[in-house]
Amino acid sequence: MNELVKGIWKENPILRLLLGMCPMLAVTTAASNAIGMGLSVIFVLVSANVTISLLRNVIPSKTRLPCFIVVIATFVTIVDLVLNAFFPDIYSALGIFIPLIVVNCIILGRAEAFASKHPVLESALDGLGMGIGALLGFFLLAAVREILGNGTLFDVKLFGEDPTPALVFILPPGAFISLGFLIAGMNAIEARRKANG
Amino acid sequence: MAEMSIFSIFLVSILANNVVFARFLGICPYLGVSKELSTAFGMSAAVLAVMTLATAITYPVFEGLKALDIQYLDTISFIVVIASLVQVVEIVLKKTAPSLYQSLGIFLPLITTNCAVMGTALLSVREELSYFASLVFTVGSAIGFAMALIIFAGIRERLEVRHVPKVLQGAPIGLITAGILALAFMGFSGLGS
Repeated sequence: MNELVKGIWKENPILRLLLGMCPMLAVTTAASNAIGMGLSVIFVLVSANVTISLLRNVIPSKTRLPCFIVVIATFVTIVDLVLNAFFPDIYSALGIFIPLIVVNCIILGRAEAFASKHPVLESALDGLGMGIGALLGFFLLAAVREILGNGTLFDVKLFGEDPTPALVFILPPGAFISLGFLIAGMNAIEARRKANG
Repeated sequence: MAEMSIFSIFLVSILANNVVFARFLGICPYLGVSKELSTAFGMSAAVLAVMTLATAITYPVFEGLKALDIQYLDTISFIVVIASLVQVVEIVLKKTAPSLYQSLGIFLPLITTNCAVMGTALLSVREELSYFASLVFTVGSAIGFAMALIIFAGIRERLEVRHVPKVLQGAPIGLITAGILALAFMGFSGLGS
């Protein structure tokens, strides 16, 4: 159980470990894109963790990184083809960030740090937990940006005509600034939790 | 983008579509490496070299995949090309220029997972640029990356001696600084259109 839960808060890959920042900033212009990206990451993480855990005694340690990358790239290609076939809107919104899941440090990091040393079930739970943590991170930032920048959430209008949404939050500067404050907020909560023991 | 002149492709890829501030590529090295000006220069030089070689090789590879009608293998073949390229560059540098290897060595393995390298290689083929234009685009992107890294390293050296609230220290202030820089770079948008 601990394997599943740690990824969601304590070792949240995005908000605590600061891994995988590029897709975090790029795809969070709308909550629906963030969910699409999050689900893709969960699928790749769980599948790659399971495969690498199964192969952990077969892969020679000197060539492990290329092996991991090829495994990950295979699952990313599957996601790429599936999204292209069934969810063309999300596919075009996510653009090159789907193939770029390959070089996402969260996934290679989990393969190296966890799946290559632990049995299958634990690795699957670890992947699932980390994936859910990433999904929550994506969603949180996307919700902030979509509400402030477009006045909507999942394309549902939240306010009337006033106030005019601040478009800058959809644009790149808003991504950096919102994420900066989001991480600062996480740090503040964590500091308070520590102070209270 | 295909109909743009070579010169405007070059300028746009440095300024208006800056890899870090507009395309969100290579954020990890941007936040992680750029603590000092000298390391920022080293990383930039390594990225420029690997990125240019990567596009130079992946472009014909993609043409080959297209000829065989298996473009969907682009992700997997590109990452294999980039990972082996980094290895080769490392070995060659070690043999021929040990002093350069000493200063760039630690950055080389990091470049494999730098999404700016793979990102520009993918963008070059997806935007259907010609071979020469895609090389110009890549060099421009690498210069844009270098510029972002060096500007940010300069700012960070000054932030070190300023009082920053505890919760904002580290990544948060870095991201907020990047946001303000991105705002400045937005002044270039519309360039080349």
